[in-house]
Amino acid sequence: MKAIDIVKEAVSNSFRSKLRTSLTVVAIFIGAFTLTITSAIGTGVSSYIDTQLSSIGAADVFTVSKAGDAATAAGDGPAAYDPKNATAVSSGQGSRPGTTIQALAKDDLAAIAATEGILKVDPSVRVSPDYIEYDGHGKFQVNVNPSATPTTADLAAGSQLRQTGDAGQVLLPTSYLTSLGFADAEAAVGRSVTLAITDYTGTQQEVQAIVAGVQNETILGSGVTFNQPLIDQMHAIEVTGRPASVTEGYATAIARFDAKASPEQISAIKADLKDQGYTAQTVADQIGAFQTVVNGIIGVLNAFAVIALIAAGFGIINTLLMSVQERTREIGLMKAMGMSGSRVYALFSTEAVFIGFLGSAIGALVAIGLGTLISNILADTVLSGLPGLQVMQFAPSSIAIIIAVVMGIAFLAGTLPARRAARQNPIDALRYE
Amino acid sequence: MSVPVLSAHDIGKSYGRGSARFDALRGVSVDIRAGESVAIVGKSGSGKSTLMHLLALLDNPDSGVLLVDGTDAKKLSRSEVNRLRNQDFGFVFQQFFLTANASVLDNVMLPLKIAGVGARERKARGMAALEQLELADKAKSKAMNLSGGQKQRAVIARALVNDPKVIFADEPTGNLDTATGAVVEDILFSLNKDKGITLIVVTHDPELAARCDRQIFIRDGLEDTTIGPAGAHA
Repeated sequence: MKAIDIVKEAVSNSFRSKLRTSLTVVAIFIGAFTLTITSAIGTGVSSYIDTQLSSIGAADVFTVSKAGDAATAAGDGPAAYDPKNATAVSSGQGSRPGTTIQALAKDDLAAIAATEGILKVDPSVRVSPDYIEYDGHGKFQVNVNPSATPTTADLAAGSQLRQTGDAGQVLLPTSYLTSLGFADAEAAVGRSVTLAITDYTGTQQEVQAIVAGVQNETILGSGVTFNQPLIDQMHAIEVTGRPASVTEGYATAIARFDAKASPEQISAIKADLKDQGYTAQTVADQIGAFQTVVNGIIGVLNAFAVIALIAAGFGIINTLLMSVQERTREIGLMKAMGMSGSRVYALFSTEAVFIGFLGSAIGALVAIGLGTLISNILADTVLSGLPGLQVMQFAPSSIAIIIAVVMGIAFLAGTLPARRAARQNPIDALRYE
Repeated sequence: MSVPVLSAHDIGKSYGRGSARFDALRGVSVDIRAGESVAIVGKSGSGKSTLMHLLALLDNPDSGVLLVDGTDAKKLSRSEVNRLRNQDFGFVFQQFFLTANASVLDNVMLPLKIAGVGARERKARGMAALEQLELADKAKSKAMNLSGGQKQRAVIARALVNDPKVIFADEPTGNLDTATGAVVEDILFSLNKDKGITLIVVTHDPELAARCDRQIFIRDGLEDTTIGPAGAHA
């Protein structure tokens, strides 16, 4: 029998018992539909994160912190006192609330700077302004964007921050505009806002800054971003009046390396810093950590879909076993007429694969249709605060993989009935009543 | 004399094991020559169907030797056996074994499909076989909508479609009334006479057996030589 005839025959056989086939197809449909949706969410969220962060300019920086031997694991009890490690600071964004890490002191910064491959080290200074005000429209609390690394923001209007020079600049998130009294994003660009900051003695001082741009809300935290001159300026106010005996500690430092460094070189620097007791993370590492979490969630969802598909696989086994039983005589006849066992096997496997294809293709198509609709509706309503986020994105490659995987599962499910059919003895089959 | 198409030497076949063992055939020798018509006659349970199955290579004998065109059947590869059954043998069954929901033409084309013949040639040869049996007008009908006689003619068309050398007919008229049975018999014997197709008929019908050139009587798994041709009318 020719391959094309086997396929045609298998397809027409699968439609012989329409109800039975369609029930099996529904079972596969559910699994394939779920799998398509979850993988689309994975693609959508990842690509959103990528677009949020892909434009990050500073690929040549590490965020360095002290490796946390003192950041004791829960249940270990307090660590022994060591004067050198005395200063603990809140590790800030991304850490468990209340956890602290060892602060970096001046000699730590010197040690990092001395590490081979590190060009320059700057402590990352956090400033906490008391309020922000524009043109007498009222004072508002300031949520400072905790992003420690200099990033290129996703702008709604205006331009990126200039990190050099003397001019203090801010980037406002879109959510601040109305409260501060701006009509829209364009109206805010170039305006001067007032920031108040309290010095060490408790006196509040004001600084002026220019709105360089307006930033779209991101899922990585929203807030006001300052440029380096403004941070320096505010930090200078914060430390005014501080007793000389107070040593300064930093949670993290920004270490620059050669932008042309190869991944091996970057790893070497990281290893070197690790040996000295520092943890260095590139921006890619930080994004990677975030994506690991997202991928983990998607992975769990996918696992459920695969369980549904395995259940559907048993449906295929059942359907085909019934089909083999019903067609015992026909199989016997074909074998009597010289059809080889392997062709009979191919015939039933193809039928299984076809049922798998039918279920997965319909599942994927419906998922694409429904998913696109839902995703568009969500983007316009619930998620309108996160511009650019399409919750579900259907990548042709992942849909092709899903269909292929389902067909693979169907093939595996079909092997048992197909083997039974292939092994049938023509005589017994023909005698079967 | 030429080499027999099929030659069985003392072949035996049993089913089951231990106390459930049943010897269906206990050493039968048969030579079948090209172009003759042979009736294998016996009561039900005599082993006549088993003999036919062994001759048609549908089953392997437990003992004895079976020669096909002078070659030991055991030495034939599985694919050679399949080819032989597909192209040299045609089968006509009492229960027809037509696929009820498929068209008559599809049923008739099945051996060609198995052989891997292209769709166009398949159709041409299938129609030719149907015309030969005056069923061309029923080509598109579903097999289940045919009368008994038409069904058996469709089965004969299917057996003929590959131009076989041998046709095995297992009780070909068993499910038919006398008149239609006679028509089917006439068709089978005319194929034997006109086309020289070797005909092996398994039957318990003495009249059908008598129309064959030669009769082989089987009783309790052995050839019964005591009955003789006259016994066919007993």
